[in-house]
Amino acid sequence: MNALNRIPWATLVFIAAACVPLFGSRFYTYLATDIAILALFAASLNLLLGYTGLVSFGHAAYFGIGAYTCAILMKTYGVYFPLAFLAAGAMAAAFALVFGAFCVRSSKIYFAMLTLAFAQIVWAICFKWNSVTGGEQGFSNVPYPNLDWMASLPFIGGWRATDHFYLLVLLLIAIGFAALRRIVQSPFGRMLTAIRENPERAEFIGINVRKYQLAAFVVAGTFAGWAGALFGLFNRGVFPDFAYWSKSAEVLIMTILGGMGHFWGPAVGAATLILLNHQITSYTTYWPFILGSILIVLLFVFPGGLVGALHAGVQRLRRGRDA
Amino acid sequence: MLDVQEIRKTFSGFTAVDGVTFTVPAQGITAVIGPNGAGKSTLFNLLTGHIRADSGRVTFQDTDITGTAPHTICRMGVGRSFQHTNIFRKLTVFENVQAALIAHGGQAGAFWSRADRLYRDEAMKLLASLGLAGQAADVADSLSHGNQKQLELGVALASDPKLLLLDEPTAGMSASETRDTIRLLERIVADRKLTLLFTEHDMDVVFSIAQKIAVLHQGKLIAEGSPTEVRNDAEVRRVYLGGRH
Repeated sequence: MNALNRIPWATLVFIAAACVPLFGSRFYTYLATDIAILALFAASLNLLLGYTGLVSFGHAAYFGIGAYTCAILMKTYGVYFPLAFLAAGAMAAAFALVFGAFCVRSSKIYFAMLTLAFAQIVWAICFKWNSVTGGEQGFSNVPYPNLDWMASLPFIGGWRATDHFYLLVLLLIAIGFAALRRIVQSPFGRMLTAIRENPERAEFIGINVRKYQLAAFVVAGTFAGWAGALFGLFNRGVFPDFAYWSKSAEVLIMTILGGMGHFWGPAVGAATLILLNHQITSYTTYWPFILGSILIVLLFVFPGGLVGALHAGVQRLRRGRDA
Repeated sequence: MLDVQEIRKTFSGFTAVDGVTFTVPAQGITAVIGPNGAGKSTLFNLLTGHIRADSGRVTFQDTDITGTAPHTICRMGVGRSFQHTNIFRKLTVFENVQAALIAHGGQAGAFWSRADRLYRDEAMKLLASLGLAGQAADVADSLSHGNQKQLELGVALASDPKLLLLDEPTAGMSASETRDTIRLLERIVADRKLTLLFTEHDMDVVFSIAQKIAVLHQGKLIAEGSPTEVRNDAEVRRVYLGGRH
């Protein structure tokens, strides 16, 4: 069983994902891009939900802020993509710092409600500020980043522009996941887990609980902002819906479906939800009904989500073998 | 070591702690006793900043800590346990102690290094001194009640406190567990040269190890002194010991 642990699963999955354009299907590349971006978005929420024990109902705010920042900088001001991308993270972080400072003063349901309230404010501003955000109509015709250099590369050079964009997304998402992984395994990450387990005790090992919760909120917001920036480019436009409460609910469902607290849970949840969505909507219009049923069954049978169930299964096998 | 002046706390009309004044001498064992509802736990929470006092002053090593946040008080060298065992339930026994060592070592903010190899030896040494080395890899939640209390003591000791506050350290323990715990506490106090302040309602425990006893009754301090003085105090005999001793 130890041999299984030694296989670099994450690297293999990313290599496999990079091969998706080989199918030559626009649709597969589209799906893979969607999954990759939302996987990072869900993983950023998991830092709060699964690792710090904070339930945010308004995580889409930072996704939306990142998306608008990157799109507006690139289209309105002609800023290069790398700079606009970094700025999207910085802007999302700045807002997360200000909003989070208010949110972490409350606990449990009040925290959740405040995150939702701030997200709705962000949504309302995106919806109304016509001159900057395009208001209700959204902010469309956002240019793709300049990826001409990829066309001159061997092997992948002949691929479509959407495939090149997908490779860029995959690379940035891989870096994002590596960074998040490093953070949750760090002493800082351990303190967040301690806070999740018992804030009172954490306070009395000398941890300023609110400060650490705020730091987690800012980090989660930053990664959500980066995911949003990529999502806006992927959509070739940014819309107020990116910051709407339903988007926050969607990412919450992905995280819980996949298994909060498990590092790869949200990514599995994002992939499952997106693939199911595409499969089921081609058979029936009752997609939300099916989704609701799946969630109810899952929450009762596997409270740890898909990855949690897998984890428990592997451990049972292992125990069976040892016995 | 710790100096408490006229501290008072009222919860919506009910005075839980009513102008209590007492001192905890350095490097000794002091006990706060009193029946349930006497205000022992509230007093502890006032001392460690978990509850804000209405009036009065708490001084720790000549520094006024009234109204100071719990994490700051902890970092000044005060460790504590809670009446309802407070540990990190889903972390392993090792990780519980290690988390406290990381926080005490000032590395809690490091977000780009690995946590799992930090303070391995220190954590194992501390667990061994509490007799928990064999359970280091177990999830804290799976321990017996007595072992969980010892683990909480380990978490508190990991911060290397000068003053240790234990809220009913033997609550819910069997007679033999209680004896072991008392012996353990005496050894820790001697080895680490720390000051211990604890609450307890088991009289045998109190009179066997405390050098100084403070008696609380209905939020008021009614006696303070050596075990012999307290045992012979007329007021204490009347309201609390009921002539048993």
